[in-house]
Amino acid sequence: MENDQDKVLDELTSGEYKYGFVTDIETDVIPKGLSEDVVRLISAKKEEPEWMLEFRLKAFRHWQTMKMPAWAHLKIPEINYQDIIFYAAPMQKPAPGSLSDVDPELLKTFDKLGIPLGEQKRLTGVAVDAVMDSISVKTTFRESLAELGIIFCSFSEAVREHPSLVQKYLASVVPYTDNFFATLNSAVFSDGSFCYIPKGVRCPMELSTYFRINASNTGQFERTLLIADEESYVSYLEGCTAPMRDENQLHAAVVEIITERGAEVKYSTVQNWYPGDKEGKGGIFNFVTKRGICKGDDSKISWTQVETGSAITWKYPSCILRGNNSVGEFYSVAVTNNYQQADTGTKMIHIGRNTKSTIVSKGISAGFGQNSYRGLVKVLGKAEGARNYSQCDSLLLGDKCGAHTFPYIEVDNPSAIVEHEATTSRIGEDQIFYCNQRGISTEDAIGLIVNGYAREVINKLPMEFAVEAQKLLQISLEGSVG
Amino acid sequence: MKSEFLLQIKELKATIDNKEILKGLNLEVKPGEIHAIMGPNGSGKSTLANVLTGRDIATVTHGSVTFEGKDLLVMSPEERAREGIFLSFQYPIEIPGVSMVNFMKTAINEQRKHRGLEPLSASEFLRQMREKKELVEIDSALTNRSVNEGFSGGEKKKNEIFQMAMLEPRLALLDETDSGLDIDALRIVANGVNKIRRTDTSVIVITHYQRLLDYIVPDYVHVMYDGRIVRTAGPELALELEERGYDWIRKEADVNEETWTTDRK
Ligand SMILES: Nc1ncnc2c1ncn2[C@@H]1O[C@H](COP(=O)(O)OP(=O)(O)O)[C@@H](O)[C@H]1O
Ligand SMILES: [Mg+2]
Repeated sequence: MENDQDKVLDELTSGEYKYGFVTDIETDVIPKGLSEDVVRLISAKKEEPEWMLEFRLKAFRHWQTMKMPAWAHLKIPEINYQDIIFYAAPMQKPAPGSLSDVDPELLKTFDKLGIPLGEQKRLTGVAVDAVMDSISVKTTFRESLAELGIIFCSFSEAVREHPSLVQKYLASVVPYTDNFFATLNSAVFSDGSFCYIPKGVRCPMELSTYFRINASNTGQFERTLLIADEESYVSYLEGCTAPMRDENQLHAAVVEIITERGAEVKYSTVQNWYPGDKEGKGGIFNFVTKRGICKGDDSKISWTQVETGSAITWKYPSCILRGNNSVGEFYSVAVTNNYQQADTGTKMIHIGRNTKSTIVSKGISAGFGQNSYRGLVKVLGKAEGARNYSQCDSLLLGDKCGAHTFPYIEVDNPSAIVEHEATTSRIGEDQIFYCNQRGISTEDAIGLIVNGYAREVINKLPMEFAVEAQKLLQISLEGSVG
Repeated sequence: MKSEFLLQIKELKATIDNKEILKGLNLEVKPGEIHAIMGPNGSGKSTLANVLTGRDIATVTHGSVTFEGKDLLVMSPEERAREGIFLSFQYPIEIPGVSMVNFMKTAINEQRKHRGLEPLSASEFLRQMREKKELVEIDSALTNRSVNEGFSGGEKKKNEIFQMAMLEPRLALLDETDSGLDIDALRIVANGVNKIRRTDTSVIVITHYQRLLDYIVPDYVHVMYDGRIVRTAGPELALELEERGYDWIRKEADVNEETWTTDRK
């Protein structure tokens, strides 16, 4: 019996990472290593204005004085920043303007990833900014969005075409001094997405950025800046994958969101970076700073994340609730299987009156995975009537994995109501057997149970991606029967 | 050649933690028959149900079990279910977050796939859900909830019978489905079983009490004691047990065992 179980386990764990292929394309890479010259070189490659270079240099000088944060419940191997390539751009023949200019290899790559960029095959109702390594390859639907006054383009383009908007909002939520990885990003970021929704406009389609790492020995450092002007609305989705490699690759991104009065931004992430192999070899180090500010009254920012990939995840999408009656939400499912580690959560900073926040975190650990929730709820003195509800659940599969919860609560206003609930549960063999007895295989049983457990969060995703996320959850847990 | 028996258990022995629980059990069930297994607590009735459904709490050390002539013991639990074995659990399991609808749809379609059938259409599935719910007089809200989560004891048992109705098994094992039920629930459960049963469905009713057998009339009553079936007769045996309790069986069985062991030596 014991042996049978082992055999089933073995068969199941061979579930493969589907996106591990490499695109063979000529790539413009700069030499390994990081220095002021490298920062200047990146800026020059992008033909940036002086103010952008100044920003980078300030950040770089500051970064040199910083140390990697050590407070997370993570074992991070030493990272040699002189051994990383900080800029790698797939060579496109002419500059991508119309689709016919995009290299066919790149079109094929994104097709394979399920992100068709071609005019005919495009996802309906979703505009995509496709980023490979250090540059944006193509942004779809931009013309039809422009008719509504919506700006949706690569970050580099925004620096050229909309410098005043970029200058006004860049680093206004995540200052260049914020933390080790955000500061590094500020110095060397190469591309990313920029989005501006004008006053009173409801964006009629999902906007999304798809991040792909392709080149080896390369780090990806992208920046996303999303501005929702008064009474506007946008739903934004981010997806990511990378080839299977034995080396670890660094991904250090920054996302900033600004909502003005009455505006709402829904930001969803399906993170499926290569997680490393069964022995914990390879995989992406995902060190990301995401933060939004509800600047105006009655505005709302909602983060939803499904984190199944990466060898290490370090990420705390947060909300600064400055406007009165503003609302922050964080819905998260994080899976760690095999030797994956995640330290993820959120910060909800209540500044305005009657601000509300909701945190729902569902951690799933299997194999030797380590999964930590880290969350801060801070209510400042003036935040009369602030409310927070937090729910942190952990689900364990097997007995070699770990789940940890680090909730921090700081309340300086006596009228605030802050509630925190936490549970830890295990997928029981009796639950699996019950499913088996009805004819459901163990693999499908785990899929059912895990998706049931994560349903509250999955339901927050845009429909098209909820199905994908469900499949991803099941695949990432294959072979983890405890 | 196809066996005349749906289920055939020969000299079955099984251990839990190296302790022998089933000690050479024989049982033969033909299509359409109803068998009752009665016996005191701890005699191994649930263990028998576990062994038949492939739960690996117990280890089979001896004997054979065939189902429709096929070796049952080499099959995985889900294969056995797909072959048509259904267990109404003594203690149904809660699965938070998994809706009954999703659970049943997955189960039915897995079983259909096994039989080479297409998945049920959503409308046909929902029609069957409605129909079977009425059959077992189940409160409609039940099926919108998570599997057994927050169900009362009676609701859980009714839910087991509902699932049985949906899955239409060849062999249903009811492990103390009657215990903890009030008389109304008992009647509903028993009626459900009777209505659902096709002419070739066999049922093994594991029970403590005669009262369920007033509603589900068995062809045979077996008394299980200390890992064996020690007595088999018609429905009248159940009445006798009700009147006299298990003590006389216990005494008789103990004597039998003495003689049996000395005979062997
Ligand atoms: N999971 C288990 N672990 C250890 N012993 C068990 C387990 N299940 C049953 N047993 C033992 O097996 C014997 C038979 O139990 P069971 O099959 O549940 O009897 P019944 O259903 O007739 O009351 C009992 O002695 C019981 O203690
Ligand atoms: Mg029992």
